[in-house]
Amino acid sequence: MWALSATEAEAIGLSLKVALWAVLVSVPLGIFAAWVLARRRFYGHALLNAIIHLPLVLPPVVLGYLLLVLLGRQGPLGAFLFDSFGVTVAFTWKGAAIASGVMAFPLLVRAIRLSYENVDERLEAAARTLGAGRIKVFRTITLPLIAPGILAGSILAFARSLGEFGATITFVSNIPGETRTLPLAIFSEVQSPGGEDAAIRLVVISAAIALAALIASEYLARRFSRKG
Amino acid sequence: MLQLNIHHRAGAFMLDAEFETPSGSITAIFGQSGAGKTTLINMIAGLTKPSQGHIISDGHTLFHSEKSIDIRPERRRIGYVFQEGRLFPHMNVRRNLLYGHRKNSVLHFGQISTLLDLEPLLERRPATLSGGERQRVAIGRALLSNPNLLLMDEPLASIDVQRRAEILPFIERLRDELKMTIIYVSHAVEEVIRLADTMVILSAGKLAAVGGVEELMSRLDLFPLTGRFEAGAVLAATCQGYDPEYGLAELSFAGGTLRVAGPEMDIGTQVRVHIRARDVSLMLGRPEMTSVLNIFEGTVLEIAETSSPQVDVRLDIGSPLIARITKKSMHDLNIRAGVKLYALVKAIAIDRRSLKGS
Repeated sequence: MWALSATEAEAIGLSLKVALWAVLVSVPLGIFAAWVLARRRFYGHALLNAIIHLPLVLPPVVLGYLLLVLLGRQGPLGAFLFDSFGVTVAFTWKGAAIASGVMAFPLLVRAIRLSYENVDERLEAAARTLGAGRIKVFRTITLPLIAPGILAGSILAFARSLGEFGATITFVSNIPGETRTLPLAIFSEVQSPGGEDAAIRLVVISAAIALAALIASEYLARRFSRKG
Repeated sequence: MLQLNIHHRAGAFMLDAEFETPSGSITAIFGQSGAGKTTLINMIAGLTKPSQGHIISDGHTLFHSEKSIDIRPERRRIGYVFQEGRLFPHMNVRRNLLYGHRKNSVLHFGQISTLLDLEPLLERRPATLSGGERQRVAIGRALLSNPNLLLMDEPLASIDVQRRAEILPFIERLRDELKMTIIYVSHAVEEVIRLADTMVILSAGKLAAVGGVEELMSRLDLFPLTGRFEAGAVLAATCQGYDPEYGLAELSFAGGTLRVAGPEMDIGTQVRVHIRARDVSLMLGRPEMTSVLNIFEGTVLEIAETSSPQVDVRLDIGSPLIARITKKSMHDLNIRAGVKLYALVKAIAIDRRSLKGS
């Protein structure tokens, strides 16, 4: 009952890979977006805020469709990527990572922005008077102080990525070994007769990975707050 | 020397100031809250950009609106001790101190940590320090960045009154041992008298006066700004002798000898004495058989009347002295400019905190 088949193991590995890449690419962008939202005041601030938060309220299928239109081989961005770099994202695991990353982005930005707003700007000013330029101030003062937020946001985004379904199936379909991540695999097993056992195995594994991620984040957060 | 001429406008707030301050001593920026003191030194540090004007430190132009010069704060070589310390919470004291440390710094880590007594604190986190310890670390951190000029924004304001006396000697050491040029923001007259030589008085965004502490403290027209209750003349004096039996120090100044109750003091010690106007009484004839130890003969220079029942009388006793008496006494004794009389100062009425050693 508990032995994993090769395709199931493949789905797990693929899910981890997709979620990891989604988070890795999102984090630098998320730090930048959070900085813009927390520290900059400009015309269009509210609009940018709304756009970043859109995946939170938009039906995932709608977002998946938009990605397909934009990044498909015929889409404006997709055509550019293929012509310039020979990269195809539609119907590949890279596309799955993009779909997951976009869906999880608002969660990541919210967590980092919150910790940005808790950083006392007067500490940054103090660092400037001590001879530190903007980049050194960011590296030595801001980044360490927002690190707990980055960590919390990353774990949240990772967990959200592992569960991504709607946008993924719409944008990159459900191709075994390429885009069939855990939720898609569970969906497929449930749909096919006699797949209940496999579905249960994958459900248990999904839950276990999510739980492990949460425990790891707790542990890291605690270690972080102690370290100096 | 710091030369400053700025005109600043931020919403409804306006700040206009033009003055020069000498190097190697402490200049106090004095004024009530909201007078623009912090805005002014933030401009010197480069944290606030003035609308117009220039700031020049020892010949280096830090800001000049017409020449479009605005040196970034990290390039100004100006140390800043903030009111709240602003230690970095994620670093221990040692790392805080070394944050801005320059290798070619004139001041060494060991020297500073000895001077400010920081060794026992080095491994601690800022959150575990007391207010006074935090400010000592903040001072050390600013000094180790090897500044040409040190700004201090009410460094004692966030410390409870009993602990303030622990920090003052450290600031005096910066002045006397390191010969630092310091701009010290304060709204406490006693701190200014004890620490500063030059005083810049701001009032509602305008420069009210610039000059020596003794000169400005004795000006009747500035009393509303220097604090009505605490107002009084400030005298420079030298210790001539000490009577251990009665615990009295004899201080000589331009107007004679002043006897002050207080702790023992070495002969030759230079001090600054603050004699509050409300502690000085006046008599027309030479007083005899009185418990008051300090009696000076002098002439009335001017009288400042206010809406209150009291008047401030400025006397010349060889140096300026100010007495606060009631209007009734003034009329009864017919005190006016030019009258000769005697001023009585009780030996215990002199504020010992204002004794400045050097």
